[in-house]
Amino acid sequence: MQSNSILLSLLIWLPIIGGAIVSLVGGDSASRARWLALAVAILVFIVSIPLFTGYDASTPQMQFEEFHVWIGAINANYHLGADGISIALILLTTFTTVLVILGAWDSVHDRVNQYLAAFLVLEGLMIGVFCALDALLFYVFFEGMLIPMFIIIGVWGGPRRVYATLKFFLYTFFGSIFMLVGLIWLYFHANSWELSKLAELKISASAQAWLFFAFLLGFAIKVPMWPVHTWLPDAHVEAPTGGSVILAAIMLKIGGYGFLRFSLPIVPDACHEYAWLIIALSLIAVIYVGFVALVQDDMKKLIAYSSVSHMGFVTLGTFIVFALMRGGGSRHAAYLGASGAMVQMISHGFVSGAMFSCVGVLYDRMHSRMIRDYGGVVNTMPWFAALWVLFSMANCGLPGTSGFVGEFMVIVASFQMNPWVAAGAAFTLIIGAAYTLWLVKRVIFGEVANEHVAELKDINAREALVLGAFAAGVLILGVWPAPLTHLMDASIRHIVDQVAIVKI
Amino acid sequence: MTFNIHDLVLLLPEDFLLGATCAILLIDLFLKPAQRSVTHWLSLAALLGTMALILADTDPQVTAFSGAYIHDKIAAVLKVFILGISAIVFVFARGYLRDRDLFIGEYYLLCLFSILGMLLLVSAGNLVMVYLGLELFALSTYGLVAINRDSGIASEAAMKYFVLGALASGLLLYGMSMIYGAAHTLDLAGIHAAAPTVEHPNLLTFGLVFLVVGIAFKFGAAPFHMWLPDVYEGSPTAVTIFIGSAPKIAAFGMAYRLLESGLGSLSPHWSLMLGALAALSLGIGNIVAIAQTNIKRMLAYSTISHVGFLLLGLANGTPSGYAAAMFYAISYSIMATAAFGVILLLARAGFEAEQIADFKGLNQRNPWYALIMLLAMASLAGIPPLFGFFAKLLVLKAAIDAGMLWLAMVAIVFAIIGCYYYLYVIKVMYFDQPEHETALALPQDKPLRWLLSLNGVALVVLGLLWGPLIGWCYRAFGLPS
Repeated sequence: MQSNSILLSLLIWLPIIGGAIVSLVGGDSASRARWLALAVAILVFIVSIPLFTGYDASTPQMQFEEFHVWIGAINANYHLGADGISIALILLTTFTTVLVILGAWDSVHDRVNQYLAAFLVLEGLMIGVFCALDALLFYVFFEGMLIPMFIIIGVWGGPRRVYATLKFFLYTFFGSIFMLVGLIWLYFHANSWELSKLAELKISASAQAWLFFAFLLGFAIKVPMWPVHTWLPDAHVEAPTGGSVILAAIMLKIGGYGFLRFSLPIVPDACHEYAWLIIALSLIAVIYVGFVALVQDDMKKLIAYSSVSHMGFVTLGTFIVFALMRGGGSRHAAYLGASGAMVQMISHGFVSGAMFSCVGVLYDRMHSRMIRDYGGVVNTMPWFAALWVLFSMANCGLPGTSGFVGEFMVIVASFQMNPWVAAGAAFTLIIGAAYTLWLVKRVIFGEVANEHVAELKDINAREALVLGAFAAGVLILGVWPAPLTHLMDASIRHIVDQVAIVKI
Repeated sequence: MTFNIHDLVLLLPEDFLLGATCAILLIDLFLKPAQRSVTHWLSLAALLGTMALILADTDPQVTAFSGAYIHDKIAAVLKVFILGISAIVFVFARGYLRDRDLFIGEYYLLCLFSILGMLLLVSAGNLVMVYLGLELFALSTYGLVAINRDSGIASEAAMKYFVLGALASGLLLYGMSMIYGAAHTLDLAGIHAAAPTVEHPNLLTFGLVFLVVGIAFKFGAAPFHMWLPDVYEGSPTAVTIFIGSAPKIAAFGMAYRLLESGLGSLSPHWSLMLGALAALSLGIGNIVAIAQTNIKRMLAYSTISHVGFLLLGLANGTPSGYAAAMFYAISYSIMATAAFGVILLLARAGFEAEQIADFKGLNQRNPWYALIMLLAMASLAGIPPLFGFFAKLLVLKAAIDAGMLWLAMVAIVFAIIGCYYYLYVIKVMYFDQPEHETALALPQDKPLRWLLSLNGVALVVLGLLWGPLIGWCYRAFGLPS
């Protein structure tokens, strides 16, 4: 039925098989494992580029499709395909994985081959999540990610890693298994796992409500939304740097992606019904969690809470679409809100990944994440300080950086819905600036706080490469977001148009 | 019912196994202890030969002895897996038995008789046949548990198993007598035909209650699970792996024959009972397993919880539910074999590797076997893309199709709780430091290591490509695949 492209399969299986090879042959020699893993990651990144260049952005059709019957007995298919949204996230994944493997070069010494293999396997599974068009296949990738992440946090994490990783696992598993029940219910009625078929299915209002909450549990925990966000600070604090980067930059996005791919097209009426709930939770995340971030004394925890707050924008932008489309608001504003949510996801991927990498750089030198152990880093690490300040500015949403674009779009769109919502969302610009700048002040500026800081050496070429790549992403997206928005535009319009259709 | 001697030809696989077992019994008498491997290989050959005979018949539809013996597609699938998994168990158990002076012919003979009992059980078309198959299976396993007669704990376990097993058999027999009283026939097909119009329907229902209790006992479903943890813990691991794997498949066959082939028209009654048993088993199994420090005991409670899932599939009373339950029984046996296989591998002379703490830091000593144990645990926990997830998925799907949404929810909540103790084993293997730094001196048992590796890899491969297997299960129940 489709012309099969093997590009997406290649992107999924290349890192998984590469990871297996790295873990097998890298056991004796750490440097062999590093070079091999880096080669695989770069190769995967190169393979992912044709997605961008070969994509026809004028149509919301799924492209690069691949279709095989998987389990005939229950109509499950191995069906892959990508639209603009998927491609943006896949590129973010392949890009970030290269940087994570580079970032771990000198900071991980224990069982290096297994560490790198876990990241490569994770990469393949995450790409699978972003391009699965079969609900069961999606679920398999969605859950399969948990095992490598569980191992990454548990083996290479900090002192309370066991608690953190079990909490991470059980929380996300709890959420997603209810989503599975929802999917099975849908399969029972549609007799298909195809996402496009599920989106066409007529579902009664009460059933939609149940499905909505089943999906909400799965995706809200992943995003994470307030009040189910508490696993995230623990996981981030205990995870090794690479784990934090992947967690913040990509895994959280899977929650937002799930809302766009599942909740919106499949249960639009329930989404409309309960949009107020999501908007309220998002605003709480944006404002309240922002305040929580203010009082943290652990850098990683602060950035983790800041992630929750920023992801609030994503859910806000996604769900104001309903108020706008069905409440007689402008369709253009709805597009803007949804695009803003997507731009925010990509931007947050760069910014949070970069911030966690920065903390990793400091942690490698000082073995502390506590803000009070630092001060005056700019005196000993000027280059590092410059980059850190850039990322901090992006985190506060300064114009010219990627952080501004998405937040601005969401705020403008929400103003069309209700000025008060916009005011609440805009409040984050203040609170975000407060906790970020205060962090910068305490860590980077001021007098050299102690002799350990005085002995710090500035970043080496490898670290400069990692942080520089993130910085390039932040700046390019900040001044010229057009390629990204163009890439996703047709796909987002398609999803938003689907929202307008009542399907009870 | 007349005994037609020519019907024996129709039981060719069972005849072959019986003949081979008797021959091995005789040959073993003349072997010196050093030549015991001959028994081992002959037993394996007997199992594989029987399997080949079953597979040779591609469209099995045999009815023999006036319907007392039925060999249909369902029986064929169940028998193939009972034999195949038992063969794997033989390979896994060999080194363990040799290290403990248990490498004796009795182990193989008792296992073979027990397997013969299972084969007859899944082919039973008549209440007497059910009972005979069950007792042949059960009596052999009582002996197996006590095979290390110098071990106090094993003798205690065998005694418990025997007393409770006898009680269960008694209950089952009592139920059968009541059903006979109501339906006036022992033939399952006859009971099925007579059930809707019997004179005393209450008598039939009353008999059903006893049957269900007997079945629950054999499965080890809560609240009839008391024997199971003690038997798992007390038996030598080579026996535990045998009891913990193939008999679950046979128990499924027995439940299917009695409940569906015999009392299908009472499904509203037994469906409720099985639902309650399932919910209890899921609860007790998963919660009590968390508190265990002995891995065999933990796996015993995990078995109870898996039985809960299996019963959930059976409780639907629909072909897709049976197919899901059958798939679950088969997949559970494969996963349990892998898990116990790793325990057997790590056990050495004078060291049992029975405590969860014995697995500390396994990843640093033997990454490959740690990975297999990880796969087994994650698969038992039901995490995709591993095999165990799809078994759970099918059962849940069948339950939701049948409108048992609440029971499915209960199952899911307990599956999440159950995740914890499987993850705990992974945690111990991967996150904890080993107590001794040196790599484990693995036994020079190449077949065990290769087959265990294959078993571990199968958990992933069957997770990705489980289509043929589920297709086989679906076709056995006449469903499209």
